[in-house]
Amino acid sequence: MGETMERIVKGGAFIIEDLTPNDIITPEDFTEEHEMIAKTTEDFVIGEVLPVVDKLENHEFEYAVNLLKQAGELGLLGVDVPEEYGGLGLDKISSSLITEKFARAGGFSVTHGAHVGIGSLPIVFFGNEAQKEKYLPLLATGEKIAAYALTEPGSGSDALGAKTTAVLNDEGTHYVLNGEKQWITNSAFADIFIVYAQIDGNKFTAFIVERDFPGVSTGPEEKKMGIKSSSTRTVILEDAQVPDENVLGEIGRGHIIAFNILNVGRYKLAVGGIGGAKRGIELAVKYANQRKQFQTPISSFSLIQEKLGTMAANTYANESAVYRTVGLFEQRMGNLTEEALRNGKEVANAIAEYQIECSLTKVFGTELMDFVADEAVQIHGGYGFMQEYEVERMYRDSRIQRIFEGTNEINRLLIPGALMKRAMKGELPLLQKAQALQEELMMLIPEEVEDKVLEQEKYLVKNAKKIGLLAAGLAAQKFGVNLEKEQEILANLADIVSEVYLMESALLRTQKAIEKEDSEKNNLKILYTEVYVQEAFNRIEAHAKETIIASEVGDTLRMTLSAMRKLTRHDPTNVINKKREIAKAIIKAEKYRV
Amino acid sequence: MNIFVLLKSTFDTEEKIEIRDNRIDDEAAELIINPYDEYAVEEAVKQRDTHGGEVTIISVGGERSEKQIRTALAMGADKGVLINIQDDLEEPDQFTTVRLLQAFFEDKEVDLILAGNVAIDNASGQVGPRLADKLNLTCITTITSLTIDGGVASIERDVEGDTEIIETHLPLLATCQQGLNEPRYPSLPGIMKAKKKPVDELELDDLDLEEEDVAPKTKTIEVFLPPERKAGKLLEGEVTEQVQELVSLLKHEAKII
Repeated sequence: MGETMERIVKGGAFIIEDLTPNDIITPEDFTEEHEMIAKTTEDFVIGEVLPVVDKLENHEFEYAVNLLKQAGELGLLGVDVPEEYGGLGLDKISSSLITEKFARAGGFSVTHGAHVGIGSLPIVFFGNEAQKEKYLPLLATGEKIAAYALTEPGSGSDALGAKTTAVLNDEGTHYVLNGEKQWITNSAFADIFIVYAQIDGNKFTAFIVERDFPGVSTGPEEKKMGIKSSSTRTVILEDAQVPDENVLGEIGRGHIIAFNILNVGRYKLAVGGIGGAKRGIELAVKYANQRKQFQTPISSFSLIQEKLGTMAANTYANESAVYRTVGLFEQRMGNLTEEALRNGKEVANAIAEYQIECSLTKVFGTELMDFVADEAVQIHGGYGFMQEYEVERMYRDSRIQRIFEGTNEINRLLIPGALMKRAMKGELPLLQKAQALQEELMMLIPEEVEDKVLEQEKYLVKNAKKIGLLAAGLAAQKFGVNLEKEQEILANLADIVSEVYLMESALLRTQKAIEKEDSEKNNLKILYTEVYVQEAFNRIEAHAKETIIASEVGDTLRMTLSAMRKLTRHDPTNVINKKREIAKAIIKAEKYRV
Repeated sequence: MNIFVLLKSTFDTEEKIEIRDNRIDDEAAELIINPYDEYAVEEAVKQRDTHGGEVTIISVGGERSEKQIRTALAMGADKGVLINIQDDLEEPDQFTTVRLLQAFFEDKEVDLILAGNVAIDNASGQVGPRLADKLNLTCITTITSLTIDGGVASIERDVEGDTEIIETHLPLLATCQQGLNEPRYPSLPGIMKAKKKPVDELELDDLDLEEEDVAPKTKTIEVFLPPERKAGKLLEGEVTEQVQELVSLLKHEAKII
């Protein structure tokens, strides 16, 4: 389904390459089937999940299990499972739309996501034939429910530091696992756990552990701040007997599975962030239209409109970036042969290709969700603090998103790290480009930007990439291998790279829409793009400046800053006005629209 | 059994109504299957699963109605027919729809036609009964239960809150009321199968009709939104004073007594 893109785009290449609108997949490319799948999911969430949210929040998990089975009957659990193993084997856009629509269910979306994502995918991608045949048909229908057990009390971000051990018994038939896995989603009712343990103390390995195996138990239910609809417990392994055929992937290569599954988990969280943000906007604008103060609906106050405008523009940019990333995956995975799909290594390479895009969409998608939830509460005023209002739950539910699947701090550090690694390996000509830029800057004369729609935005995206290169090149030159210790600078660079990806995604999406149909229907898309690109550019400028100041002193500092000014010079956009225009459309529609 | 479902695309219940040039503007609106027609689709699929045969969805509308037809196919119907009048007719009314459907059914073998009791947009509730009249079919409206056994239909229908029990013979046209069944969600396998099911598109020519044959019998003079509700008035004072004031207001201001 969906249009295929014209060429395979390399992961991370966007920072130095100029892309065309046809290089990316956008929500405007979705097919009628995609829309129907989204609608079925939405109707299921509204019709079946929301009526029992109070029960779910109250940890009555028989409702969760029942809902998962119903979802399985509708096919909502089998999208990523190949047809030969009882699934539907649909494209990544379909599974992403399901994830997006589930977001409204709050904690239950985490239950669903853990099952279809990090719970089932390790077997889909890395299971052998026998494991796939045994487990996938049951997971695709919801007859069995999956969970993912990586985190331990002492190892969160440092996943490979896990202490759980696995020892082969004397008969050579079973591995005996000992250890504790902490904060495991779905643990109250999951039948299958993907567990990581060290064989011989240092061979980090994944196992498929069934709940009914001797020695497997769970601790008490955790008392959490949010996502209370999901079950979170410790999984306790006490001489747990795991048959040796349940080793998942290669012994000692568990990290390949762990990291790649996290990559997938990350972009899925970003997709969920989009769904949550759209719901947050809807709740906020409906309330703002109905709430009157000084005999006036508060949505007519421009400071409320500013919030709605910012929320919607940021949602647009994130939505564009996330579905662009989903499109990249779809294309890369879709191009794998049947044979390659059976080869864990090939699959891992395909997923790892877009590690940078996964991390950055996770960071920005979850921060978008948090920002929108926060502003939605703010617009509700005191009522937003009361549990009768959905935004109260949304606010609590959103907080964890920035923490799990790799904290946003870890993900920020991963972005420049991965870029540098690719540059060193010669996969991305980053250093060459940085050098060429330094020469270019010597004689750079600021360009005249044509007075045509989106010309300014194209110019700003182009220059933002250069600013990123300038700052990164300088920091690399100054700190060399020690750059990895300069975490503040790395986070700045991560933000610049991510902002570039988002602004470019919004721009290309809008251009693509205009190329398809040049009409007033695209006005809102243009406004979103203008606002986001301008604001992102301002943030990039600040991050770059801080980085340069931390990297240079004296005359070199002054020279570099003045070189950067050549790149930042532009006719600024009046974002206040544009946000009011955006807000007008949102207030009328009473929801996010494009 | 040859089962047909009359299906109308309507505004999503969440949509806002906007009026432009004395018409309801539907360009930006999300469309759905008229909720009462959903009961009809569900019932048709269930009857087909019990008795065999084929379910055909028929809709009079424009290009965009194809999506609602596809949704019905995803729910399990076998094929669809779209009578597309988008380019030929400006403001069709119930007469137009019935005339088109009459022409369509002229050469069809029919056992059962199911329709919604009413569409949630114009809410005339006329198309089903008027079509039955033209086709000379038995018509039972607002049904809440349907059991078919050897050509005999046992039906319960909703009569202003009471239930009437009827027995009749096929062929039959029935309109469906809330309570008849619980429409299913189109499943993902259903959606993928629907992609391959046939949807025929017919225009006036294909039905041997001219524009004047189907020209509406009614004319819409004006379309307007209900006036915004004004703020209420709180009467003060002793009860007797309040009553007096209320009566006076109803007489002189509201002029309803």
